[in-house]
Amino acid sequence: MSVPKDAGWKDVPKAGRILEPGSAAKYETGGWRTYRPVHIPENCINCLFCWIYCPDQAILVEDGKFKGIDYAYCKGCGICATECPGKRGNKALKMILDEEA
Amino acid sequence: MSIRVGKTGNEAVAEAMRQINPDVVAAYPITPQTEIVQIFSSFVANGKVDTEFVTVESEHSAMSATVGAASAGARSMTATSANGLAFMWEIVYIAAGMRLPIVMPVVNRALSGPLNIHCDHSDTMGARDSGWIQLFSENAQEAYDNAVQAPRIAENPDVKLPVMVTMDGFIISHAMEVMEILEDEKVREFIGKYVPENPLLDVDNPVTLGPVDLQDWNFEHKRQQAEAMRNAKPVILDVASEYAKLTGRKYGLFEEYKLDDADIAIVVLGSTAGTAKVAVNALRAKGVRAGMLKMRVFRPFPAEEIADALKHVKAVAVMDRSDSFNAVGGPVFVDVRSALYDVDNGPKIVNYIYGIGGRDVTPDHVKTVYADLAKIAETGQVENPLTYLGIRE
Ligand code: SF4
Ligand code: SF4
Repeated sequence: MSVPKDAGWKDVPKAGRILEPGSAAKYETGGWRTYRPVHIPENCINCLFCWIYCPDQAILVEDGKFKGIDYAYCKGCGICATECPGKRGNKALKMILDEEA
Repeated sequence: MSIRVGKTGNEAVAEAMRQINPDVVAAYPITPQTEIVQIFSSFVANGKVDTEFVTVESEHSAMSATVGAASAGARSMTATSANGLAFMWEIVYIAAGMRLPIVMPVVNRALSGPLNIHCDHSDTMGARDSGWIQLFSENAQEAYDNAVQAPRIAENPDVKLPVMVTMDGFIISHAMEVMEILEDEKVREFIGKYVPENPLLDVDNPVTLGPVDLQDWNFEHKRQQAEAMRNAKPVILDVASEYAKLTGRKYGLFEEYKLDDADIAIVVLGSTAGTAKVAVNALRAKGVRAGMLKMRVFRPFPAEEIADALKHVKAVAVMDRSDSFNAVGGPVFVDVRSALYDVDNGPKIVNYIYGIGGRDVTPDHVKTVYADLAKIAETGQVENPLTYLGIRE
């Protein structure tokens, strides 16, 4: 159940209960972001550490390879960039100010 | 046909729990509640109930397990006293906020420190704003009757709030009295089959209970909770009238004892109401128009009904078996005085804090309260708005 914008206290489920499974997908955590990760393809070894560590499933993977970042959910925590080994010490993810992207 | 038995308050409440046959009881022993849990655990061991009994390592865990079980969809109960209730504190609020219809007998005992195991109401009075319905009992019979009515109140779809059933530690919990209990089938029929709301174990309808709830909706959920407490008042009365048909024993939000034509009256809860009745009878025999209002339901607080019942009285004394330490008076006094604020030419009202840490209160103590009230009624002057009754000066 999505709550309509004009709903009042009588219209919503008791006690904040969520009666619709999987509804967290509707909550776009990208709005929290201050910094965003950007990908540098030439440094990427497709180890997918970023995909494993991302707490928001914001790293997109296709055919076992890094495909992109889902900025609707990426909250900018920077874990992917910290964990990224990159190639010969050159990271394949770096964090930049979101407003500069 | 009711069954006449001799039982202590603890035995009576354990018996009610056996008859309710909850799905889950998670409890930890604490004086003076211990017997309830001990007797109930023997019912479990002897196969007298179908209950899953969870022995926990603390009251925080007792209430946590009870909340978990209730969320899963089980009819769930626990029981405690004093510091046990204090140790549950965090989860006590969560039970109410999650709108789980848990029933918990609380055997009133002084909160430490200094360490004391005897009766006063400081434990449950501290929880008066926790969102639980609170039913007080004068004796073992009332503790039993309140315990049997409690699941019906808690589980009503318009309420869905947890209920505390209180009785005075030792004075009621450990004193044997003759009382009536119902047959098992009658209790089971009365409480009915439990149909939980949004149970976690309904895997075909997966739900999330108790999620984070911030600025955008928390206020609305608290507003619902406030409404549920308002809804509880008529539900408590409905359940009571159904129970009266079954047992002949009538319950309201409070009991009025010789209050109709009273000039002076006291407001009291728990076992002291019995003591006060003795004093009222003695005064009535001498022609003094003394009355009493014994509160049964403290939460929701029946403000309009109390104002209506006391408006004709000249002087009222509220007897508090706990102190709010607010430098004003006890918690019952503050609420009753507030209820009387809108009454034109309402009664003079004073407060007596008494019985702290189990200090005995006798009919003679109560008579001194009535004597003070008679003076106030005559002169219209209040000399002592607050008296510590039975203190060693
Ligand atoms: S910054 Fe955090 S949320 Fe965004 S992609 Fe990296 S690990 Fe995921
Ligand atoms: S952690 Fe770095 S190197 Fe590994 S897949 Fe992700 S971006 Fe590429």
